[in-house]
Amino acid sequence: MLSLGSGGGKSTKPSFVSYVTPEDMKIKEKEEGLRSKHPYLLPGEVVFCSANHVLKYTQEDASQRGVYGTLLCTNFKIAFISGESASQETAPPFRNKLLSENDIPLTCVDHIYGVSDEKKKLIIGGQVKSKYPSKLIIQCKDLRVFHFSLTYAKEEEAKKIFQGIVHHSLEPKSLKCVFAFSYCETASTSQASRKSSLTLMFETKEDWSMELGRTKGNCKVSSANEDYAISEKLPQFFVVPFAVSDDDILRFLGKGIPFWCWSHHSGCALFKMACLPTIQEDGISQKYMHRMLDAVTQDQLCPVKIEDLSSCLPALQDLQLSYNKFKQLFLIDSTTEFWVSDMKWFSSLENSGWLEIIRQCLMKAVEIVDYLESAHTSVLIVEEHCSDLCCVLSSLVQIMLDPYYRTRSGFQSLIQKEWVAGGHSFLDRCNHLYQKEKEAPAPVFLLFLECVWQLLQQHAPAFQFSETYLTVLSDSINIPLFSTFLFNSQHHRDTAMKSGHPEAQRSPLNFPSVWDWSLQFDCKAQSLFTNPLYVEKPIQDKALRKTSHQKHQRQLSLPNTLSKPSPRKGFFKEETDNLKKIFLGKRISKWLNPTESSKELYESWQRKPLDYQGLLLPYLDGPAVQVWMQRYLRWVPEAQIFGGGSITTVNRVLELASEIQDLQKEVERRSCRMNSSIAWKQVYSGPPLSARLSSFPFTATHAWSFKPAIPSSIRQGLGSVSSLADKEDDDSQGSGVL
Amino acid sequence: MEEAPRFPGESIKAIAKDVMYICPFTGAVSGTLTVTDYKLYFKSLEREPPFILDVNLGVISRLETIGVQSHGENSCGMEIVCKDMRNPRFAYKQEEQSKLEIFENLTKHAFPVSNDLPLFAFLYKEKFPVDGWKVYDPVAEYKRQGLPNESWTISKVNSNYELCDSYPALLVIPTSIKDEDLRRVVAFRAKHRIPVLSWIHPESQATITRCSQPLVGPSDKRCKEDEKYLQTIMDANAQSHKLTIFDARQNSVADTNKAKEGGYESESFYTNAELTFLEIPNIHVMRESLRKLKEITYPVIDEAKWLSNVDSTHWLEYIRLLLMGAVRIADKLESGKTSVVVHCSDGWDRTAQLTSLAMLMLDSYYRTIKGFEVLIEKEWISFGHRFAVRVGHGDVNHTNSERSPLFVQFIDCVWQMMRQFPAAFEFNELFLITILDHLYSCLFGTFLYNSEQERVKAELHTKTLSLWSYINSQPEEFTNPFYVNYENHVLYPVASLRHLELWVDYYVRWNPRMRPQMPVHQNLKELLVIRSELQKKVDELHREASTRSLSSSSDRGSSPSHSATPVHTTV
Repeated sequence: MLSLGSGGGKSTKPSFVSYVTPEDMKIKEKEEGLRSKHPYLLPGEVVFCSANHVLKYTQEDASQRGVYGTLLCTNFKIAFISGESASQETAPPFRNKLLSENDIPLTCVDHIYGVSDEKKKLIIGGQVKSKYPSKLIIQCKDLRVFHFSLTYAKEEEAKKIFQGIVHHSLEPKSLKCVFAFSYCETASTSQASRKSSLTLMFETKEDWSMELGRTKGNCKVSSANEDYAISEKLPQFFVVPFAVSDDDILRFLGKGIPFWCWSHHSGCALFKMACLPTIQEDGISQKYMHRMLDAVTQDQLCPVKIEDLSSCLPALQDLQLSYNKFKQLFLIDSTTEFWVSDMKWFSSLENSGWLEIIRQCLMKAVEIVDYLESAHTSVLIVEEHCSDLCCVLSSLVQIMLDPYYRTRSGFQSLIQKEWVAGGHSFLDRCNHLYQKEKEAPAPVFLLFLECVWQLLQQHAPAFQFSETYLTVLSDSINIPLFSTFLFNSQHHRDTAMKSGHPEAQRSPLNFPSVWDWSLQFDCKAQSLFTNPLYVEKPIQDKALRKTSHQKHQRQLSLPNTLSKPSPRKGFFKEETDNLKKIFLGKRISKWLNPTESSKELYESWQRKPLDYQGLLLPYLDGPAVQVWMQRYLRWVPEAQIFGGGSITTVNRVLELASEIQDLQKEVERRSCRMNSSIAWKQVYSGPPLSARLSSFPFTATHAWSFKPAIPSSIRQGLGSVSSLADKEDDDSQGSGVL
Repeated sequence: MEEAPRFPGESIKAIAKDVMYICPFTGAVSGTLTVTDYKLYFKSLEREPPFILDVNLGVISRLETIGVQSHGENSCGMEIVCKDMRNPRFAYKQEEQSKLEIFENLTKHAFPVSNDLPLFAFLYKEKFPVDGWKVYDPVAEYKRQGLPNESWTISKVNSNYELCDSYPALLVIPTSIKDEDLRRVVAFRAKHRIPVLSWIHPESQATITRCSQPLVGPSDKRCKEDEKYLQTIMDANAQSHKLTIFDARQNSVADTNKAKEGGYESESFYTNAELTFLEIPNIHVMRESLRKLKEITYPVIDEAKWLSNVDSTHWLEYIRLLLMGAVRIADKLESGKTSVVVHCSDGWDRTAQLTSLAMLMLDSYYRTIKGFEVLIEKEWISFGHRFAVRVGHGDVNHTNSERSPLFVQFIDCVWQMMRQFPAAFEFNELFLITILDHLYSCLFGTFLYNSEQERVKAELHTKTLSLWSYINSQPEEFTNPFYVNYENHVLYPVASLRHLELWVDYYVRWNPRMRPQMPVHQNLKELLVIRSELQKKVDELHREASTRSLSSSSDRGSSPSHSATPVHTTV
């Protein structure tokens, strides 16, 4: 297998200076010999190839020091093992049980770049690789970036590992090759725990009935598709209006059927529908549609509004394009790059359009909420397959309206209901199989999580789960183990798991669900999923109302009691119309238009004190939609705030809560027996606050020595304001220039 | 109709009925407009609850009549351009006498200084339980820092403000400096602002000293005494054989200054000194930047272009430059153990911003309410940041190019730090907003005048009240419930635009859609209350137990006076 090119990377001068001398290398080799042969493997995991003397390094500091170790490629992951990382892992604060900090699931690989002779080149799968680059840069879908140098590895090994990594992570494969299959075949599937959680899976009739009952929905559970008799895209069970017959469902194979999502307490409800196939005879489909709409209005006794998403939201390709631009802002190779891109931060952010897409989705969801909440009108969301943006919107609407979905089990049930049972094509959208000819991948589910994060950061006390939970969930999409994210529909899953097993007569495979969090995290780590700011009890809520109201009046910050109630009440249309003409011309109308329809909803909602168990609306004005810093900046060393970040507030609340708990115990104990021995339980709060990074609990891949973040290139052109900058300084005389 | 509420000492000057306030957010509303010698007060009963607009006169930058065509009888319009990011507009009938009167009064009392009237702070007759003028005692503050010591002395050389009229009476200068040498240094520094100590590191003895630019001029003038002076400053710190001079200005501007009297220290004359330019633009650039910021935030926000609009103001970019400069200064002291000299041109604008920010990063004392008050009193007020000129208190000349929002910018930097370290500051956002509101309001004497000398002359401490009297009378209002004392932890905020954010709760607060997100703090405050109640209960039980155990001669007599807050250790 020796080839001409393979030596090239080694013989030419290495493109960076290593501080490790050859002598050091020998010592390290010995250590490696002892350790590196024992990678941590999961059941069913097989090592394909490995290479020793691989240098993992960071571009973080100019010295470019690195760690030697072994790079492996298994049927699950790319792993890097070194003596050093093992010692570091004595007490990781937040460890994933499936993955170590230097592990990259194959499905998590986003792009690989090869660096040869200082040239960075994107590696594309499918080509014969006779050469291997001296450096590998692996960008992950969870936004980690790894740098490996193959310069010091044996030529044969280096070549093999390079080919192996490219083959297994960048080339198309069949579903059977996904790690979950070999995992489940080997792991004695003791997943009885799966059912125990409070999460409704929406795989049975009972789950749907329960949900109908909970929301007092006036619809029926249909078993027309039992055993996927009608459609492979639809779940076996779903809910439709009473007037929809099994024949109706059969007619267009489930298309054009209003599927029930959720019922509002007023009686109106949210439905979704896939577009009818285009037929020549318009009359038939029109009549059919009429009947379906009648079916909806009949049961709910309210009018219905149709929302066609294709006309108002970006296409999936645009979503993908936008996200690709956006994530690029966080895949940073070097400190210099960080600071150079920092100068263009706002414009690059706007150019990506990602935040704008988030805003549009939220805005659309608010419109739908408005119909349900204010007009008591049922809403029917229509999309081609009703399994992409339709899922985003129906889920968002339900989160805004129903506090149940803001609890952890409620949120998980919602994802089961709208996304998994709803037939979102996770496999295709995530492109886990790397099949290019398939439908375009698009981060639809991630977009949904982004929208939820916006709501969470704006109304933290309304959610039982934390930001960390959402981040971990977004990471779990790329772990090829969970049935939740591996298939295009429930039928797809059922058949794959059945046929997946070599001996068909035995019971089908049982892939774990992502909701089985204990598979990934121990209890202590899972405690970080809970939002300590969550306001659950209505009693506490009441007290909160009062205070928050008072607080708001203080916005003028004047002494004494001069409070200024904010001018929020009443919106006199006539007067403003006049005003528009007289004073502000077009400017105010620009402000009113985008959310004109929901303006009154916002007004009446803002007039009332905020109730975290009630309706929740997102703020959508420019500054309100923000970047999900935890997810996107957690691996960027330059962006870490040493001892800071929002995690400090969360931590403070946790601390306080446990102090209170201790005090309560203390009170109880003392009042029971008046014994004065004091044993203060140590409150777990992790490392001392001041020693933490803002990315907690996600520690970046290495412990860097802390230095303040000072960009290397501070000089910058302030060309646009040069006329003023050149002006005489502070001591210029008071000549009125403006 | 009831009268407008008034402060003690405030008197109504004019009242006009049937004035229309044109609210950009909720539409026009008619009501009664009252003008006092402190504020403008508009109240309308057309809405429920009544609509009230309360604008203190100090905040007014200029008054403009605007034409109103075809709006019924209300044919006259008045726009009130404010310094705090809003422009309320009123419409009224032209002919009526009472209307003319009210706007005459408004013009007169909005700009008392230009109309030979006293600022309202001199009329304000409130009584507070605490005297805020006692907050800052320079000797006590220097003593807290461990001064004087063998190298540094608290000097009274400027006690009559003869040495430098914009410096305070008490200065900390090197002990060894001779009087005649000092005179030469004074002559060599712009506005006589010689290098004086602002802060000393408790361990390394590295210092932050501040001054103005040296008067080098085009002919590269030297001043041996000045060179020796800086050498002395360096020698006072045994840990380092270097001295870093941070010139806040842009290199090019410093060069321009050199062509006309000013300039910067030449590294070849000042041996062992290294000079770094922090490239921060001047006051005019900052004023322009805030003006643009107002344009994009009031009254309407263009959502689609929000980010590029923010970008185009450069406001956050300048905030970033300031924070970065301060981080470099703090790092030089903390990690480099090296003393620094900070100056710009006159040493009362960017210098004050940089030294106070660096001190805030280095010294956790300044992150307490009291400490922050001291920091402002010391670095800004006593060292002669020209508040009267920069803000233009009571002055009608709104085009004065000396006006600039430098202090606002500083407070913004503090807010950015607070966002990055939500648990490191004892004070909350309301504290910062309150300070900014009273920067303009002229209700308190705190920010009036340009220098200590002027303040002494005006007998400010006896004739007006201090803002700190008001704040320290109700500290719980301004306390951050998340506060955890970071002990001696140095805060290094990340000066990256990725972490900087527009301070919406201040700049965009007039927009009712920007509701502040306060409840989280409320939540925590309640927890704090519960905890302190429980703590009381435990203490009670503890006392009971110990009295009982005394009588029963228990083996455990002493139990550590436990604090329920293990993280709270005060320095």
